[in-house]
Amino acid sequence: MTVDSLASADAKPFLALSGIGKKFGGTVALDGIHWSVDRGEVHCLVGENGSGKSTLIKILAGVYAPDSGGSISIDGSRYASLTPSQAKSLGVQVIFQDLSLFPNLTVLENIAIDHQLHAPFLAPPARVMREAAGAALGRLDARLRLEALVRDLPVAQRQIVAICRGLAANARILFMDEPTASLTRREVELLLRTVRRLKALGVAVVFVSHRLEEIVEVAERVTVLRDGRKVGTFPAAQLNNHRLAELMTGARITHQIMARSLRDRRPALEVRGATRAGEFEDTSLVLHQGEILGLIGLLGAGRTELALALFGMTALDSGEILLDGARLDLRSNQDAVKAGIAYVSEDRLGLGLNLKQPISDNIAITVLDRLVYAFGLVARRARSRLASSWVAQLGIGAPNVEAPVQTLSGGNQQRVVLAKWLATDPKVLILDSPTVGVDIRNKQGIYGVVRRLAKEGVAILLISDEVPEVYFNSDRVLHMRNGRIVGEFVPGIASEHALSEALYA
Amino acid sequence: MPRLREVVFGRTETALIAAILVTAVILSLSSPYFLTISNLVNLVEAYSVTTILAAGVFVVLVSGGIDISFTATASATQYLGAYLATHFGFSAASALGAAAALGVALGSVNALLTHYLRVASIIVTIATSSIYYALLIYFTDAQEIYNLPDWWSNRITFLRFSSASGVVRITLPIVVMLVVVALTEYLMRWTRIGRQIYAFGGNPEAASRIGIGVLRVQLLAYGYLGLLAAVAGFIQASRVHQAVPTAMAGQELNVLAVAILGGATLVGGVGSMGGVALAVVFLAMLQNGLNLVGVSPYFFGILTGLAILVSITMTGFAERHARKRYAVRSV
Repeated sequence: MTVDSLASADAKPFLALSGIGKKFGGTVALDGIHWSVDRGEVHCLVGENGSGKSTLIKILAGVYAPDSGGSISIDGSRYASLTPSQAKSLGVQVIFQDLSLFPNLTVLENIAIDHQLHAPFLAPPARVMREAAGAALGRLDARLRLEALVRDLPVAQRQIVAICRGLAANARILFMDEPTASLTRREVELLLRTVRRLKALGVAVVFVSHRLEEIVEVAERVTVLRDGRKVGTFPAAQLNNHRLAELMTGARITHQIMARSLRDRRPALEVRGATRAGEFEDTSLVLHQGEILGLIGLLGAGRTELALALFGMTALDSGEILLDGARLDLRSNQDAVKAGIAYVSEDRLGLGLNLKQPISDNIAITVLDRLVYAFGLVARRARSRLASSWVAQLGIGAPNVEAPVQTLSGGNQQRVVLAKWLATDPKVLILDSPTVGVDIRNKQGIYGVVRRLAKEGVAILLISDEVPEVYFNSDRVLHMRNGRIVGEFVPGIASEHALSEALYA
Repeated sequence: MPRLREVVFGRTETALIAAILVTAVILSLSSPYFLTISNLVNLVEAYSVTTILAAGVFVVLVSGGIDISFTATASATQYLGAYLATHFGFSAASALGAAAALGVALGSVNALLTHYLRVASIIVTIATSSIYYALLIYFTDAQEIYNLPDWWSNRITFLRFSSASGVVRITLPIVVMLVVVALTEYLMRWTRIGRQIYAFGGNPEAASRIGIGVLRVQLLAYGYLGLLAAVAGFIQASRVHQAVPTAMAGQELNVLAVAILGGATLVGGVGSMGGVALAVVFLAMLQNGLNLVGVSPYFFGILTGLAILVSITMTGFAERHARKRYAVRSV
């Protein structure tokens, strides 16, 4: 083989798809996808929910067979479709968002599970497994105690275990589904370091996400999918969040700054010198009627803790809370609800909704008292009427109000949570990370609802760690760090960049 | 090298050993008869059937399932064996073979129903338990079989010696029990399928994603319990010299209690055979000791219940503590 041909073999992409399509019944999930990933490349595959990302991964993992007509070429060999074991032996490994680890087993068994899987009768000797697991960890330069149980590890370390499992199974291309969804900023840094390391080992990494995230920093190219079609592949350096959002949604999203001056309005909620040991200290803020006040801070800044205190879930050590100028003494969240404060939690699926129950029951739960007639029975018709009116007002996409909440999309589920609290007719609405896990199009819908509520006079505290979210949807933005409010920004006067500099400084 | 303590003993096992030692000291102080070799060996024999069943239940629990129907299986297999032996003169090996085949079959039915109906195994096995018992009573008219052949009803003693407290016999039930415990430990700890049962119990979704045959794992777990139920049925009949269609009805919860006290959970993926064996030792000692001291047998039920509550609470505390240490951001 000449030097020339060697070079050209090397230059060929490791993975190349040509004309890959997939229909489910009458629905087109993927349509004529041409796509390639080079050896050792870091590639981002982005698209909204339903854009076809998962279908594409499943085709490459051998879970689905693509419709005939296309081809998959891996390392120079062409296939019409793959089986799961074929995909694995070609080095295709997928790390799902839930990581698919075994929490009850040790790090050692989790990493070397592939060796165990192919053993004849006896599990392979501990020595063989230790060598395999040690080698995988060594290649990543990661240190983990092999006997530790995976359930005792923090998420970031579990992710390393999952990556090592892929390496131990000879991964040559690693798909990572939403890898940063549950990581803190520092853990993301760690992940990025690991990814650079994988790249150095010649392993291609494909991040799959519906968010525009930190990962773009290490990616070389970004491929955007929309409605089952490839929009295009772009050098990562040429994209910014704004452009990417346009490509993903196909619509130019115009961000309009709110930043109305509402200082002459009456204050709805005032917090004076609120302190709770270890959570927040000497925090003061004024939230006016009809105002949207952004509260931004990184994880652990104390923003959620402050919100819980305002909602009566925890007690202040010192300081006071005033509602409409009168001092509030909140002993429980029931007091808060009675006073007119509503709180939409960050963990809406865990705390905010009963997924199996119909929309109507989820919305009515906060105001059951009002729907009660004789003998404590709940009036069914009143309940349905209430739910239908909110479904219409918030534009919740649902067949009817008796549909279980779990059948709705993330964005619509979030609207049900909003409806549930709006039914209490609150004066103050606290929104904690209201668009986590919601895709761009639905985000815009939720922002629209929030703005309309503000216009109707509801005072809104918008808590988030996403700069654009608070910058474009607040009248003012407070910056919280280490339990204190350290800055105030007025969008339009201060730039988005300045806010993000302050946040990540 | 992995730390020996971690490999051999987890938290549950350590706690059980401590509980056993404390109980042994207290009981030997209050009754001189307790810590005699003949008393202890009799105790082991009395608990042999429970232990054999608990070994099978343990395997099903690790796989993330539960089985309520194993006493029905044990009764049915026992009766089948006795019927074939008395009416058709089946030899020991062929009667046991037929019973074992029936046990595996009934266990497999549970596995198949759980797998294909995608219903919680507790529901499936409550239903099959009812069906198995009803069929058994229907076909047998609830008739006992007394005239078991000699090979079955004669006491088989492997070792016999005298001690200060009387004659000590190491009998067939004890030996079978030890073999079952050793075999189960071996299968679960050292074989591929054993590790796959643990993996499947820990995260069924992940197990099927990496290519573990999910149905096969369930068939093996429930089939193994069915097999051990047949063995337990034979041993039980040999101890009471008769086969009764409802011989073991009502034993389900006792056996489950032993497995759970031994460290298995209803969620699956954890526990060890050693822990289950220690739980048997602990409960046997407790019951026997209270008997010797003259406490009402009803009191034992209270203590068993308390022991389970304490053990489950301790596990719960440990897990909550671990979660706090690694607070995970929810999305």
